[in-house]
Amino acid sequence: MFNTNEVLETIDMIEREHLDIRTVTMGVSLLPCIAGSAEKTAQNVYDTICKRAENIVNVTRELSREYGIPIVNKRISVTPAAVICAPFADKAPLIGKALDNAAKEVGVDFLGGYSALVHKGMADYEKTFILSIPEVLAGTERLCSSVNIGSSKSGINMDAVKLMGEVVKATAERTAGAGGFGCAKLVVFCNAVEDNPFMAGAFHGIGESGTVINVGVSGPGVVQHAIESIPNADLSDLAEMIKRTAFKITRAGQLIAREAAKRLNAEFGIVDLSLAPTPARGDSVAAILEEMGLGSVGTHGTTACLAMLNDAVKKGGVMASSRVGGLSGAFIPVSEDIGMIEAAERGSLNIDKLEAMTAVCSVGLDMIAVPGDTPASTISAIIADEAAIGMINNKTTAVRVIPAPGKKVGDEVNFGGLLGRAPVMPVHGESAEKFINRGGLIPAPIHSNKN
Amino acid sequence: MRAVLTVVGKDKTGIIAKVSTFLAERKVNILDISQTILEDYFAMIMLVDVGGASVSLSVLADECAEMGKNIGMSIHVQHEEIFNAMHNV
Repeated sequence: MFNTNEVLETIDMIEREHLDIRTVTMGVSLLPCIAGSAEKTAQNVYDTICKRAENIVNVTRELSREYGIPIVNKRISVTPAAVICAPFADKAPLIGKALDNAAKEVGVDFLGGYSALVHKGMADYEKTFILSIPEVLAGTERLCSSVNIGSSKSGINMDAVKLMGEVVKATAERTAGAGGFGCAKLVVFCNAVEDNPFMAGAFHGIGESGTVINVGVSGPGVVQHAIESIPNADLSDLAEMIKRTAFKITRAGQLIAREAAKRLNAEFGIVDLSLAPTPARGDSVAAILEEMGLGSVGTHGTTACLAMLNDAVKKGGVMASSRVGGLSGAFIPVSEDIGMIEAAERGSLNIDKLEAMTAVCSVGLDMIAVPGDTPASTISAIIADEAAIGMINNKTTAVRVIPAPGKKVGDEVNFGGLLGRAPVMPVHGESAEKFINRGGLIPAPIHSNKN
Repeated sequence: MRAVLTVVGKDKTGIIAKVSTFLAERKVNILDISQTILEDYFAMIMLVDVGGASVSLSVLADECAEMGKNIGMSIHVQHEEIFNAMHNV
């Protein structure tokens, strides 16, 4: 028989502390879809996704009822579309449209993989593909895009970095009516992972199997509550408590992932244990850091607290499952975390501090609104800085900034729903244009030579 | 298939009677019961077998939640594996 306290603890986690399965993401390989023409390929892409994922919504709904745990998002990730479009890159928007239509047909909220991997070099067809991103993101609803511009093994492709600064700006301008919303669906990565279930950066890597289920679990509220329960604990005890909590959350995720994979005739891929906040109060990573003893996230001590949190989360997750993958760690998206929004508004959190934080946590500069007149070269420079942190530290970093058209520091962009609202944050005014225009490759770091 | 049914709420007479009748009507077999009063609050945990039940686990979960609302209690029915997974190493 079960221990009463454990049963009630689980129910409390779900009912009061926002424990949920944040996403069940089906990875689908589109390699078999490549045909002689863009039109035929687009049709194959649409048909394949509709067939493989036709039951994803029903199955996750049923699982949620049986196990009594909410499953918030159902998503799909696909083979990087630049690969699928290689023979007809000028018609890539056709594939983009087919992906978006398939996402709508099967009822998932986002589909990721309008992506290109150009971390070492960029072929002409890849450049053509990347240049289509603004148009495609403006013309679709659920499609997400990502571009990998660097890796610890290959260095940073600065030509791609320069291009992505321009693509981010163009995407914002194409979606100016919605506050530059297109940029919320576009991530620039260094060391992108092939099995990430979280949007907007999910894609289904070339090394992956045909159909895979990856699950992202979340629970900032659960961790915050666990810390609250031991207010005078020292940091070793706190780390232990976070680890134990992460263990339980990961186990719930693994259970759902295995069961979902079985019912959807897919392989079980990984569990991504990420503390992914939402704009809801009680579901904030910033609140965890403040619960640890910071007056406001962003103040001195923030990086240390975040480093400890991120590491403890990983340790608990790794103990719980041998299939931990994706991005696993703490996310710090500004607009999606009420504590981050408030810290940015009161001026205690700025981009420089966020950049430092990304050196010790999962991913990077995420969902940050910057002034609409920020030059493309400055956005490229922000991307280069973030990529450098990822390259040198052997970790994934990403940039998802929104140069909100017509907005200046002090204004706010509201995306609604899970994407929240973002106060426009200042960037440095001094130019980095000459640096960005140099182009070329930042060579791979010395520690990449491990062979 | 086994599930865990929890009933939490303010203590009053007849809770177990109502819940067990409700389960019997749906051919759900009760395997074990533990019950405690935490301050004024009633907390009951039942291990049930839904293998021979006349409804599916998800329907049973929805119906129990609804019945709970009618008697002013919070009732959850969940597959037992969620608790095994989270609380056992």
